[in-house]
Amino acid sequence: MAPRTLYDKIWDDHVVHQAEDGTCLLYIDRHLVHEVTSPQAFEGLRMTGRKVRAPEKTIAVPDHNVPTTLDRANAATMTEDSRIQVAALDKNAKDFGINYYPVSDVRQGIVHIVGPEQGWTLPGMTVVCGDSHTATHGAFGALAHGIGTSEVEHVLATQTLIQRKGKNMKVEITGSLRPGVTAKDITLSVIGATGTAGGTGYVIEYCGQAIRELSMEGRMTVCNMAIEGGARAGLIAPDEKTFAYCMGRPHAPKGAKWEAALAYWKTLYTDEGAHFDKVVTIRGEDIAPVVTWGTSPEDVLPITDVVPAPESFSGGKVDAAKRSLDYMGLQPGQKLTDIAIDTVFIGSCTNGRIEDLRAAAAILKGKKIKVKRAMVVPGSGLVRAQAEEEGLAQIFIDAGFEWRLAGCSMCLAMNPDQLSPGERCAATSNRNFEGRQGRGGRTHLMSPAMAAAAAITGHLTDVRELMGEMV
Amino acid sequence: MEKFTTLTGIAAPMPLVNIDTDMIIPKQFLKTIQRSGLGKNLFDEMRYTPDGQEIPDFVLNQPAYRKAQIIVAGDNFGCGSSREHAPWALLDFGIRCVISTSFADIFYNNCFKNGILPVVLPPEAVAHLMDDAKKGENARITVDLEDQTVTASDGKTFAFEIDAFKKHCLLNGLDDIGLTLEKASAIDAYEARTATLRPWA
Repeated sequence: MAPRTLYDKIWDDHVVHQAEDGTCLLYIDRHLVHEVTSPQAFEGLRMTGRKVRAPEKTIAVPDHNVPTTLDRANAATMTEDSRIQVAALDKNAKDFGINYYPVSDVRQGIVHIVGPEQGWTLPGMTVVCGDSHTATHGAFGALAHGIGTSEVEHVLATQTLIQRKGKNMKVEITGSLRPGVTAKDITLSVIGATGTAGGTGYVIEYCGQAIRELSMEGRMTVCNMAIEGGARAGLIAPDEKTFAYCMGRPHAPKGAKWEAALAYWKTLYTDEGAHFDKVVTIRGEDIAPVVTWGTSPEDVLPITDVVPAPESFSGGKVDAAKRSLDYMGLQPGQKLTDIAIDTVFIGSCTNGRIEDLRAAAAILKGKKIKVKRAMVVPGSGLVRAQAEEEGLAQIFIDAGFEWRLAGCSMCLAMNPDQLSPGERCAATSNRNFEGRQGRGGRTHLMSPAMAAAAAITGHLTDVRELMGEMV
Repeated sequence: MEKFTTLTGIAAPMPLVNIDTDMIIPKQFLKTIQRSGLGKNLFDEMRYTPDGQEIPDFVLNQPAYRKAQIIVAGDNFGCGSSREHAPWALLDFGIRCVISTSFADIFYNNCFKNGILPVVLPPEAVAHLMDDAKKGENARITVDLEDQTVTASDGKTFAFEIDAFKKHCLLNGLDDIGLTLEKASAIDAYEARTATLRPWA
């Protein structure tokens, strides 16, 4: 057999049927569901009298709409339409007999944090969800991507998707990262280099020493934003760190099944000489802590840089950059570190895991915030509990942060956590689109450590300058 | 799903690159549990002031484009979230075809599930159609899916590529789930096989 990539191998193992024109029916091992993109799909099943084919492989959790304030058990904290959407998921989970973590469950959280945490996500699986950040699960060497609601209905009814195979793209990060540089800086730097459409039509495999050196949390951050680079899915070959993370999780295999799984998982790597249609290589040592300045995730620059002039771009990007700077209220030539911040948001499926909270807390310890408001929204109830046990919660609270309950929160502002017009936010989330965090809100994306640094200085800050005091 | 065969209609020019799904339908409108009714909020924050007044400059508010059925857009249309509310909002407004040099994958796929044809053409062709669209309501663009062509008001015709299966489904308004369920025995066989090979999955 010709050498295959990791993507080729997972794909081949999930083809149920292949038509003459190459269109495949692909089997789906895990289907994650949240309240925003699923109601119409369940309604479709009801209207056609169809059932969920594999309820035991279907996992639902409300995350987008749920309030993150401590009083959220009180239904009045939710708007009527949000309440209806969450209630619809409660009912659909019950009626169709699927696995469910309701708002009241300590395991509730952002679907992409709950899946791995509970051991639903495992190497070599196909994982889908009506959510573009499903790419997160690729960190385990799973083929994971977002789908629309019609496809949610299709997977519910058939446990398969109609797909054509994408192309293979390799993103290699060589060497090691420098101090103060994190997984978020890798993933943003890659998008900065390739553009938001650079990965369109591809599945990205991230590899290289700097990727191998990342924890599972860091790998999830990298894969999470594959979609911001246009790739539906990002993948990282599983290794000992992956296996150690999975072992003992509630839904991971045990005993003889674990041993069988492990033997299979160890075959999940790209063969020597396998073909990639596109290759991007970045030196880990060249990556700096970065921030975004515009309204597209490709608008990335090292924190030491200045706001670019629209004329420095070409084609349609010139007008897009003008529009971005106008929206963001920035001037070309302005130093990024001179940009004052009103609000800090730490959380989301990109950076709402325990390691992210540790990184932010390390910068914040013993300091006070100089921004108007700052909040930490843990990615799940279990992340929140662990952070409290480790004393991180107290560090955040002492610094002046609000310590919230789990949910998507201000990443997309479907719940009450929103920016006001003109309010400028240092955010650890994944999208800086116009209006994303609230109409007129201005978002700068960065790592948790960089967001923490901005919180204590009141402006965008090179976290490395603060780290000098720590070591 | 409504079939798509041919369409002759007004095309609205939207040359901005990277028009994302948050622009197409902002998150506050994702709280619906229905597919219909989103057209009035299509491009909401570009189309209305915060107090709900129409912004006259926005293309779909201009008299010539209020009945547009086609959008000619800048590169990478539909990037961002997987929300199918984006094609639902376009369809509810009356848009049946979007023409660009490139589309984000998930959005592109979602269009086909809703009777919307996304057409990918080279930059020169999109530039020609963009100029045509800027002429307003007298410049009708014709899209023919069977022939895989787009014809500008000056008669200039551009051919486009499309996946044969997607074309077949769109031309006939076919329901994917029905087609897949015809292969239920293949799914049964796959499940039986993997129950032994990968019992943990």
